[in-house]
Amino acid sequence: MLANDRIPGIETYDVYRKHGGYASVEKALKMTPDEIVQEVQKSGLRGRGGAGFPTGMKWSFLAKPEGIPRYLVCNADESEPGTFKDRYLMEKIPHLLIEGMIASSYALGANTSYIYIRGEYMWIVGILEKAIAEAKAAGFLGKNILNSGYNLELYVNPGGGAYICGEETALLESLEGKRGNPRMKPPFPAVKGLWQSPTVVNNVETIAAVVPIINMTGDEYAKLGIGKSTGTKLISASGNINKPGVYEIEMNISVEEFVMSDEYCGGIKRGKRLKACVPGGSSVPILPANLLFKTAKGEQRMMTYESLSDGGFATGSMLGSGGFIVYDEDQCIVRNTWNFSRFYHHESCGQCSPCREGTGWMEKILHRIEYGHGTAQDIDLLWDIQRKIEGNTICPLGDAAAWPVAAAIRHFRDEFEWHIKNPKECMERNYGLAKYADEREIIPA
Amino acid sequence: MKVTIDGIEIEVADGTTILQAARQIGGDVVPPAMCYYKPLAGSGGKCRTCLVKVTAGSAKDPRPMPKLVVSCSTMCQDGMVVESSTSPQVAEARKGVTEFLLINHPLDCPVCDQAGECKLQDLAFEHGAQGTRYQEDRREFEPVDLGPNIKLHMTRCIMCFRCVMTADQLTNERQHGILNRGDKAEIGTYIEQSLNNDFIGNVIDVCPVGALTDRTFRFKSRVWFTNQFNAHRNCTTDKCSGNAVIHKVGDEIVRVSARKNEFAEVTEWICNTCRFDKKENSDWTIEGPAHIDRHSVQSQGHYELSTEESVAI
Repeated sequence: MLANDRIPGIETYDVYRKHGGYASVEKALKMTPDEIVQEVQKSGLRGRGGAGFPTGMKWSFLAKPEGIPRYLVCNADESEPGTFKDRYLMEKIPHLLIEGMIASSYALGANTSYIYIRGEYMWIVGILEKAIAEAKAAGFLGKNILNSGYNLELYVNPGGGAYICGEETALLESLEGKRGNPRMKPPFPAVKGLWQSPTVVNNVETIAAVVPIINMTGDEYAKLGIGKSTGTKLISASGNINKPGVYEIEMNISVEEFVMSDEYCGGIKRGKRLKACVPGGSSVPILPANLLFKTAKGEQRMMTYESLSDGGFATGSMLGSGGFIVYDEDQCIVRNTWNFSRFYHHESCGQCSPCREGTGWMEKILHRIEYGHGTAQDIDLLWDIQRKIEGNTICPLGDAAAWPVAAAIRHFRDEFEWHIKNPKECMERNYGLAKYADEREIIPA
Repeated sequence: MKVTIDGIEIEVADGTTILQAARQIGGDVVPPAMCYYKPLAGSGGKCRTCLVKVTAGSAKDPRPMPKLVVSCSTMCQDGMVVESSTSPQVAEARKGVTEFLLINHPLDCPVCDQAGECKLQDLAFEHGAQGTRYQEDRREFEPVDLGPNIKLHMTRCIMCFRCVMTADQLTNERQHGILNRGDKAEIGTYIEQSLNNDFIGNVIDVCPVGALTDRTFRFKSRVWFTNQFNAHRNCTTDKCSGNAVIHKVGDEIVRVSARKNEFAEVTEWICNTCRFDKKENSDWTIEGPAHIDRHSVQSQGHYELSTEESVAI
């Protein structure tokens, strides 16, 4: 997908078209919509927004009642801390998203499609609107696209800047102009979504990945990657690494290669040692260094959906949205967990009680521990609170708030205990992280 | 369809929720519901107190559901097996939700007009812990007068969204709503104004806690000291039934409220005129004592004939 991102002027229609752009639309419009859905099913493409649900299956669930319009909504509300791949994609190659939107909308039979973009990305709204205008002028949008008789209108809709509007039903509420509260499921958006019509909500990267799938056929695309993790994935690498940024990886490389090789992250900054890593955006469980490169079974951990979740939450994590945050030995896990908790507290929509009250409570306890006022019971209390939030909420935000806390306690309990036992010291310096690293098996940077 | 809840099998109609099926059985099986309100379309799913465990999804697909589900909006399937009061996991989860609801609640029952008919009191009595583990400051708001008749104590609110739906579905125009998000969310009118729609007084009855209370009844009496009678008047307001419950202390009518069923759901909406303005004995024709559940604190000193007795007379 990112093969052309460095070409000057790729954000304009002319340059993009010269480099093979919009070929997928030309190809798609000659196919039937069902054929495209089948191609996507064959490709094994999985949702890139975080959950990793097979896209082809999601598309095939779309209800198709007569006389009711269907919608495709692109979820560009990229608000997961640590994730910035969609931003890069939309900023650099906006036409790739537009192209994917046209092909996907055609496959789903949608005549109106929306790109719901987060309010913090206001400048990207301009980039996308310019790209849409160019595509329209070239006849790829509007009425009777390429004389195929297919009509499509594409709109960009900025949100108000709420994390919760990245949840698909909250996104639809927000798009309808209401308060962005997640809806109860069922009914799922594929049956009753935007304005009570069948709707598919897909991440920017998922929709962009439809373009190579159509160009190279689904079977070819499925050959990339390992097992059920097919194709390429954009990883937003950040944290204490030498080369932070957005990387497109084929899902067949190991985590070790991704972190250490010069082609990707380039190792840990300033020659420090690796302490921990959040491999998929702030809501997935944190992994300590000894579980990052190798799974609990001793196998090499790969950058795939399956391998990263190997061992469940006890010794694994998730690929999530690909927000890869690396921590070196100087970073404080308690402070990091508190920071994440603060975020979820701020972003909870306030609809259901466990999340509304629980996130704030967890944040306050973590704040207390971090600033040296914690007590010995606090760790167990935290554990109990996260357990009571997880799985008991309307939308996954409750789970997302609970998982990082659970994982931090599970893997770094001694660091929490040190904070509680050394209230003065923990204000001045971080827990003896080098000591922590030495105690466990760790690969030097 | 047949559904089994806590080992009790019951025949229900298509499209019945687990909560409704449990209510058909009655007794301990019924999950508590703080936000679900049958007369209001779209309510439910928010408070998470009515969580139940589904041990078998349906006769066709007898797999258990992976998470606890909210009984108020999960539809029954034929052959579904549900655990409500018998499951320790459910009890644990409800205890957790109760704790969450109470951490920011002021627990000012001694000065709250809702005490005695408060659903949160019932919930805390049934599922709450003895003490609190919450050491931080509680969320605080100043009480607000929403017009001459309604008082808003935002500190007591549990965010059930019922009053918002009431205003949406009963009145011509909703004047209040939810502001902000997360635990800073509050009910309000944004720019201070009074709620003066015809049926807006019903938000007082609909509110499960003491967040919205009747200013005309404020501090007049505890509910368990009032004598409650079913009464009616010829109300000229459109859609108002004129059937209400009047609360008397001595010979004085201190409060008029709507009639409710055993799950504290209003059965007949009444207008603001009946509720706030008609406080003279001459306004009302008394039908007889209102039914009060004998488990309620309000039933002290309250005498009514049982159904059999009244039939005998």
